[in-house]
Amino acid sequence: MIEFVNFHLIPGLVLGSIYALGAIGVTLTFGILRFANFAHGETMTLGAYLTLTLVLLTGWHALLFLPVALALTALVVLGMDRLFFRPLRHAPTIILVIASFGLMLMVRSLIQVFWGTELQGFSKGIVLPWVLFDSLRIFPKHVIIVGSALALMLAVHVLLRHTRTGKAMRAMSDSPELARLTGIDTERVVRATWIVGACLAAAAGIFLAYDSHVETLMGFKMLLPVFASALLGGLGRPYGAMAGGLVIGMVEELSTYAWIGTEPLLPPGYKAGVAFAIMVAILIWRPSGLFRGRVF
Amino acid sequence: MAAEQPVLELERVTGGYGGAEVIHDVSITLGRSEIVTLIGPNGAGKSSVMNAVLGILAIGGGRVLLQGEDITGTPPERVVRMGLSYVPQTANVFPNLTVNENLEMGAYIRSDDFRPRMEEMYDLFPPLAERRRDPAGSLSGGQRQMVAIAKALMVDPVVLLLDEPTAGLSPRFRGEIFEVVRRINAGGTPILMVEQNARQALGIADRGYVLVDGRNRMDGTGAGLLADPDVGAMFLGGERGGTPPEPGSDLTPDGASAEAAGSADRPWGGRRP
Repeated sequence: MIEFVNFHLIPGLVLGSIYALGAIGVTLTFGILRFANFAHGETMTLGAYLTLTLVLLTGWHALLFLPVALALTALVVLGMDRLFFRPLRHAPTIILVIASFGLMLMVRSLIQVFWGTELQGFSKGIVLPWVLFDSLRIFPKHVIIVGSALALMLAVHVLLRHTRTGKAMRAMSDSPELARLTGIDTERVVRATWIVGACLAAAAGIFLAYDSHVETLMGFKMLLPVFASALLGGLGRPYGAMAGGLVIGMVEELSTYAWIGTEPLLPPGYKAGVAFAIMVAILIWRPSGLFRGRVF
Repeated sequence: MAAEQPVLELERVTGGYGGAEVIHDVSITLGRSEIVTLIGPNGAGKSSVMNAVLGILAIGGGRVLLQGEDITGTPPERVVRMGLSYVPQTANVFPNLTVNENLEMGAYIRSDDFRPRMEEMYDLFPPLAERRRDPAGSLSGGQRQMVAIAKALMVDPVVLLLDEPTAGLSPRFRGEIFEVVRRINAGGTPILMVEQNARQALGIADRGYVLVDGRNRMDGTGAGLLADPDVGAMFLGGERGGTPPEPGSDLTPDGASAEAAGSADRPWGGRRP
């Protein structure tokens, strides 16, 4: 039982929080800009590498740079919007999707050129977990990740429900035409969407790297579960993305528990397939997701 | 209204969507205290006139003046900032936003405190006051229409454009909406309204324009047009208790198809069946 908590439940919660952060950005971009942004994974990678650079330069703790890294990532993403997406603002969805795919490849290659392709880490040495009740092992970094992710999600909630910009984002997600006819500054809303999505993606990348390591494919590997999370929650539904991320992260980790007998239910190598299976199942049986999102 | 400057004026406007012309030489004026209604068969170009004012229609000739200022081809977000409010026929509220939030978005371009105006709106539409925390999408059709109008009024517009505000509503709600339109106008807001329910619309309008085939066919006072035998034959004869004429029933098969072809190209609205 305690093994279940230590090796499946807690990692599932950590992974789920990270997916949730990534999925909010995907779902907001989809709701407001109306396309699936394949470059979102690279945004996560970028956040991690910017942090790594600051850590290597100063030797300070990675999380001290969280605000700076988020701001820098947001700036880069705003630049990408200006260069690649804004000229295509009124183009058909498929063109934007392909553009984002191209951007994904470009960003990843640039990261590989600048930082190299080998694994790197934020810190060296080993941190021992807290041991509670003799057997429950909790790593401080996991508490920090889950706590920070929840705080960021709360911030998103406050933004969407209680600020003028957040309400305008929801309005534009409902109907871009009506938003424009209402006099809402749609370009400003688009910028806000990129900033929020980029900050959350960067946070997701930084937390993942903090939990394990930094590598150039980390964001790409997260793209599938993050898309699955956004779909599960219902596209365009930020609260759905939060729930979807937690579910996908938990299910991935729980799928390797020895539910029947003593062997893992799924060999750990197939873990990544779980998100894919869920995604296919949602697309077939409930394309609007749990929270009744948009359907293509 | 001879001497005063009209608040909104279309001067021989010709235009269309993506090459297909749907209105030709249309001239319309709206005075400072008037309700003016546009009537005509389906596909006559009534909604296109609205889109010409909003800068959505590609204008090939003529001018649109708002308070004497040339706004021909100005995009909608700028026109709205100049004080013109528009209520589309469908998809005119944000369904996932609460009634309160819809009104707040209506006031997006205001930088001052809009809450007193919001309370005025709840006085104007008492049924909305008790639903103010509900998502607009959960309201009945009539109440949604009230939200849409209240949202448009949040900026205290210099002109209000209504595109078929009573479309799809029950006769009871229809009467309520027309009564509200009259009261808004009595409060000093000029209103240009496209309507299918020609009899009721002319009943509250100061003046009306009949459009056929994208051209001015007739104009006159509301009462005058109501009494006109030609208008009666065209729109009012077949009406029982304000039922709109059958789509495409008379006069303009060509006009109808022209607008249908146009609407496929326009970035707005595509939601109309």
